[in-house]
Amino acid sequence: MDFLRPDTVAEALALKAERPEAVPIAGGTDVMVELNFDRRRPAALLDLTRIAELREWSAGDGVVRVGAGVPYARIITELGDRLPGLAMAARTVGSPQIRNRGTVGGNLGAASPAGDAHPVLLAAGASVEVASTRGRRLVPATDFYLGVKRTALAPDELITAVHVPETGAPQQFSKVGTRNAMVIAVCSFAIALHPAQGRVGAAVGSAAPTPRRAADAEAFLAGELADGDRWASPRPLPDPVVRRFGELVASAASPIDDVRGSAAYRRHALSVLARRALGWAWRDYTGEVG
Amino acid sequence: MRVRLTVNGEQRHADDVWEGESLLFLLRERLGLPGSKNACEQGECGSCTVYLDGLPVCACLVAAGQAQDREVRTVEGLATGDPARGDRLDPVQEAFLAAGAVQCGFCTPGLVVAAHDLVERVPHPTDREIREALAGNLCRCTGYEAILAAVRLAARWKAGR
Repeated sequence: MDFLRPDTVAEALALKAERPEAVPIAGGTDVMVELNFDRRRPAALLDLTRIAELREWSAGDGVVRVGAGVPYARIITELGDRLPGLAMAARTVGSPQIRNRGTVGGNLGAASPAGDAHPVLLAAGASVEVASTRGRRLVPATDFYLGVKRTALAPDELITAVHVPETGAPQQFSKVGTRNAMVIAVCSFAIALHPAQGRVGAAVGSAAPTPRRAADAEAFLAGELADGDRWASPRPLPDPVVRRFGELVASAASPIDDVRGSAAYRRHALSVLARRALGWAWRDYTGEVG
Repeated sequence: MRVRLTVNGEQRHADDVWEGESLLFLLRERLGLPGSKNACEQGECGSCTVYLDGLPVCACLVAAGQAQDREVRTVEGLATGDPARGDRLDPVQEAFLAAGAVQCGFCTPGLVVAAHDLVERVPHPTDREIREALAGNLCRCTGYEAILAAVRLAARWKAGR
């Protein structure tokens, strides 16, 4: 095995072009488990933790560009105001030790359907910045997840950042697990209000082969909110609207039975999470605007 | 490969390090520092918690090569001087002794490092903050009550110093 230690993104991309089989490692919270348990013997590890650029974030034009190597702990302390949904999801990741190491880039690279960042990125309308020696491109999060642990990343590409719209509007993330810490989501849900566009982003995690948007639920709620001009003069949402939203979120999932929960439980729990998260987000919005 | 790093303030190096091995293995098996414990090897239990560049991490999830040129502080590096010659343990270690927060002891080094980080950062931690700070450390003896008492005590001692 080789241990490759680039100091810059350019070096890393050159190495990845030369050695597409090299496995990128940042926080190590997925890769090292596979190595420790002899599940994987890659020909090379590509350590991304020495690259300063990957550990930076910047904001401009209504978008926050979060370097792929910014650990969750910093997303919580530095981006809680700008990216509330992502920060909420980050707070539920693992434990303090894991949040000091784990990164959104790693979550995307591993592309586990249960990854905590995914529903938030989908609901917020984020894009994944990927790069190779051929150049950089932005992949909308909706096009990034192709299957269980499969992504739109080409073999010579690396994830360099996520671009997350800074909406200035309420976002919520909710997740079911057996305890607060060290939980792989049984199911999870994220909602982001986009008042400027008169739309709502909603997505489910750990309830389908990939994280996925609940498009019918999004369209239904956008219609209800446009009706009666609720964005401009928000009032509490009628219970049937909230219930229907929950049902539509649950129907967006195609969950399986596994050790963490049954498909039926996941569907039910998602409808509950969706109702609650919508209630919290809309209450916050009503408080801000009303 | 050779890995050079600073451990508990000393420049150390190890040769013939396998590229896929963890910082935990490097510390225990190559550098003779068995304080950090090896249990789950997947970041679940926190028994291997060490400081890496000042932040608590699971040493089992850090590739040894990632620690190159970095600073590691293990449980062995918390006491000042040589406790065997009567030098001082860290207040967190003293508090674990005073509160009887040790049963089998296996989780203790990781808990001590995690608690040390908390009381260094937060002068008067609430119980919620203590629970959150220790959420990544498991005690199979279920001695959590005494562990919480130890952390409260350590925080008081540190604040009163």
